[in-house]
Amino acid sequence: MEEVAFFAGAIGALGGAIAVIALRNPFYSVLALVVHLVALAGLFLLLHAEFVAAAQVVVYAGAVMVLYVFVAAYVGGVEEPIWEPIAGQRFLAPALAGALFIELSIAILGTGLKAISSEGPTIAAGFGSPAAIGELMLERFLIAFEAASILLLIAAVGAVVLAARRKQEPPIVVEEAGSGR
Amino acid sequence: MAVEWYLVLSALLFAIGAAGVLLRRSPLVILLCLELMLNAGTLALLAFSRSIGNQDGHIFALVVMVVAACEVVVGLGLIVAMFRRRLPLNVDEMRGLRG
Repeated sequence: MEEVAFFAGAIGALGGAIAVIALRNPFYSVLALVVHLVALAGLFLLLHAEFVAAAQVVVYAGAVMVLYVFVAAYVGGVEEPIWEPIAGQRFLAPALAGALFIELSIAILGTGLKAISSEGPTIAAGFGSPAAIGELMLERFLIAFEAASILLLIAAVGAVVLAARRKQEPPIVVEEAGSGR
Repeated sequence: MAVEWYLVLSALLFAIGAAGVLLRRSPLVILLCLELMLNAGTLALLAFSRSIGNQDGHIFALVVMVVAACEVVVGLGLIVAMFRRRLPLNVDEMRGLRG
């Protein structure tokens, strides 16, 4: 039963990921990422990470993706040119990614860690529940929690500064290197 | 399911994300591919967390989620600013930091 759930989640996550990079329209890519994130949340549940799975669905697939959908709709379709600025990029990039995957797989499967070829130890009932995570976060990892909140605050301020409409926006033209503005 | 399966899946998702970053030229899609890579990392963290029976990895995963949200907010702010100034939304043409 667990195997079926794992492979269903894995197929969903992989299909979503491939669709993200394969679809031409950015809007569809965003929707494919939602599929990927929801499938991944299912895998998190299989790993007994209940709170992280819930946060994944609510924060990621919900809030962050709404932001993406908004920007994709605002910017509209981006025409990606057919020509390649780097010769052979279309073949080189997948080859590099394949090499990365093979290298990571060798590192994972060739490791001396015995524990990763088992299911892991039996765990207590409250493993990964909101109560356990909240306790950890507010006791042992209080500093990390506060740092995360400060980071979020800075990012929010930065986004407002970046996207704010200025009184007179200087027209910027993409220029050749060397010509001053 | 052995934890290895999750780790290999995570490596595969990370490689797909890396391929996307290298292949696509729209900054929006590149941000999406960064999300793919961050999520692959989260999956690996949670798999290791399950493997050693310790919940610390869950906190890591949540912090990764926070960092991803920050990256999205700043990245999308940049894309909106680029769009407003009629700059081309193409990372090959936007290769200078000046201006």
